[in-house]
Amino acid sequence: MSASVSSKNRTLLTRLALFSLLMFGFGYALVPLYKVFCNITGLNAVNLTAAPVNSQVDTGRLVDIEFDSNVHDLPWKFRPLQSHISVHPGEVAQAEFEVVNTRGEPMTGQAIPSYGPREAGEYFKKITCFCFNKQTLAAGESRHMPVVFVVDPALPRDIGTITLSYTFFEVEGNKRAEAKAIPTGS
Amino acid sequence: METTAMGHAEVHDHGHGPTGLKRWLTTTNHKDIGSMYLWFSFAMFIVGGIMALLIRAELFEPGLQFLDPERYNQIVTLHGLIMVFGAIMPAFVGFANWMIPMQIGASDMAFGRLNNWSFWLLIPASLLLVTSLFVPGGAAGVGWTLYPPLSIQMGMGMDLAIFSVHILGISSILGSINIITTILNLRAPGMTMMKMPMFAWTWLITAFLIIAVMPVFAGAVTMLLTDRHFGTSFFSAAGGGDPVLFQHVFWFFGHPEVYIVILPGFGIISQVISAFSRKPLFGYASMVYATASIAVLSFFVWGHHMFTSGMPVTGQLFYMYATMLIAIPTGVKVFNWIATMWRGTLTFETPMLFALGFIFLFTMGGFSGLVLAMTAVDVQMHNTYYVVAHFHYTMVAGALFSAFAAVYYWLPKWTGHMYNEKLGKVHFWLTMAFFNMTFFVQHFLGLAGMPRRIPDYALQFADFNRISSIGAFGLGISQLLFLYIVVSCIKGGPKAAAKPWDGAEGLEWDVPSPAPYHTWEIQPQVK
Repeated sequence: MSASVSSKNRTLLTRLALFSLLMFGFGYALVPLYKVFCNITGLNAVNLTAAPVNSQVDTGRLVDIEFDSNVHDLPWKFRPLQSHISVHPGEVAQAEFEVVNTRGEPMTGQAIPSYGPREAGEYFKKITCFCFNKQTLAAGESRHMPVVFVVDPALPRDIGTITLSYTFFEVEGNKRAEAKAIPTGS
Repeated sequence: METTAMGHAEVHDHGHGPTGLKRWLTTTNHKDIGSMYLWFSFAMFIVGGIMALLIRAELFEPGLQFLDPERYNQIVTLHGLIMVFGAIMPAFVGFANWMIPMQIGASDMAFGRLNNWSFWLLIPASLLLVTSLFVPGGAAGVGWTLYPPLSIQMGMGMDLAIFSVHILGISSILGSINIITTILNLRAPGMTMMKMPMFAWTWLITAFLIIAVMPVFAGAVTMLLTDRHFGTSFFSAAGGGDPVLFQHVFWFFGHPEVYIVILPGFGIISQVISAFSRKPLFGYASMVYATASIAVLSFFVWGHHMFTSGMPVTGQLFYMYATMLIAIPTGVKVFNWIATMWRGTLTFETPMLFALGFIFLFTMGGFSGLVLAMTAVDVQMHNTYYVVAHFHYTMVAGALFSAFAAVYYWLPKWTGHMYNEKLGKVHFWLTMAFFNMTFFVQHFLGLAGMPRRIPDYALQFADFNRISSIGAFGLGISQLLFLYIVVSCIKGGPKAAAKPWDGAEGLEWDVPSPAPYHTWEIQPQVK
């Protein structure tokens, strides 16, 4: 082998050996690179982002829920904090109502729901509702009360709007029932 | 390839070299080293093969018969490591040592002593692997992929495996540097790059792959080692490391590695098909570019081994499409081989039979690879016997068949004798039949859901496993016939001409058979 070829070989040997060493370093460089790459692309965050999805939601249609409120023979102010919302059947939604006791003494009442149209009632599933319990309000107290509900996806397709109407009644047997004698002018 | 100068007809008789064991320890001759590589590789093939038979014996029927589960996993791991790093890679380095200098008209490899070292490093490496079976806690039982956290928790057998991988890595990097330098600097005058035989071309590309990814693997196992003993936390989740990172680093090496294993085989098949079709290789330039494209693409597909490790859909889609893209250059090669045979004057000697078996079975392995590339399918098939069937179709029917083709093709050149053609054909047909008996049924097992790396299985898998095990023992015993053919060819047989295959081309057929100890000391002039 001539000297020139021999030195050419040596040069190439050095270069290739250096390249191998570089690639050894690259193996280590992959550690920080991986972290950076994961932060940018979310490659590693696959389990964090995979939140459970409610497959029971019928995203193909929206139902309008309108809210209405009344009091029956009770000196309270009662109103929904939103006039209507739109929900997908199967989706969990929440609405809020406000009630104010205008009297100077505590009173107890209970809200009774009704639905329009009437047949929508069986598809309107309340999860929590202020109407499940008696509400006792101190003198002049105001209270925000939620109702959490799901519209059953089995709701007939021809029902596009449901009106949810609450009426507050004074609870019978309450010792304040005698106060009925005083007209309230509501 | 025409040459102006013939090879040296006179056989040098060197009285000055050492003899006996010392000759083999100190030799820098590429033919000596090539032979040692090939014998070493065959020995490892037998060791790995015995391990495969232990696995198949255990799986012959349901329940635990011969191996407890820990030992079973150790055997599976060592079978994989030994076959890939001990049998297949050294076999191809052996062919490269023997043939590349002769094919490109060089007198020897560029760095003789380095070459000697590359080989002798293999011995301690393989001893470390095999003896690790007998240390307390046994060998690494983590699978050849060495995934943490298990590989961080294993006993000292894991350390031996890590050191073995280090040494094997150094050996193959040194060998690759030698091959690259030989091919780039020592070609005969007139032997331009685009006149080189396909075997030299595919090896050049393979060698670049090796020096690019073996160091990365060495880095990964070094990180494992420091995680195990020196308090680092690259992969140990307890210290803030990420075990999935190891999978990324491993497969960044591991996917190019499977092409390292197969690309030299592509080169051998290209030359054998051309020789026995008596036609030049169809689409030589496209073969070179296809090989290079496969090599480049291999760096961008590793994620397909990790579809179930957790990855965003975008990542899965990227790796799926990139993997399927590899079918294009591979398809170019397969169609080129078929076009080479088209209207050729075909004869079916043993090398050609193995080459045809290669094309048939490797293509099947390629197709099952395309099936596995589909993310949605892979989630179902991951870690089942379908994957085992797939990679044995590419590794055994691919790499091993091409190695057999190479041995039969060049054996007359090495020994100066013709091998027993009839027995060679018997060897091919036995191998072909038993190979398919062993591995084809594993597709069904995988589709039915049988997991890999488990010593027991549900009863409904019993029939196919029995067929597979019988096939495996047939396949193993058939290889003793191969040993007999090779040994009897070395000992004697009909005298081989300098060019025993009339359709063969290349400078290696211009030197006499057997090839003298020194060839092309005066470089030939290639027109």
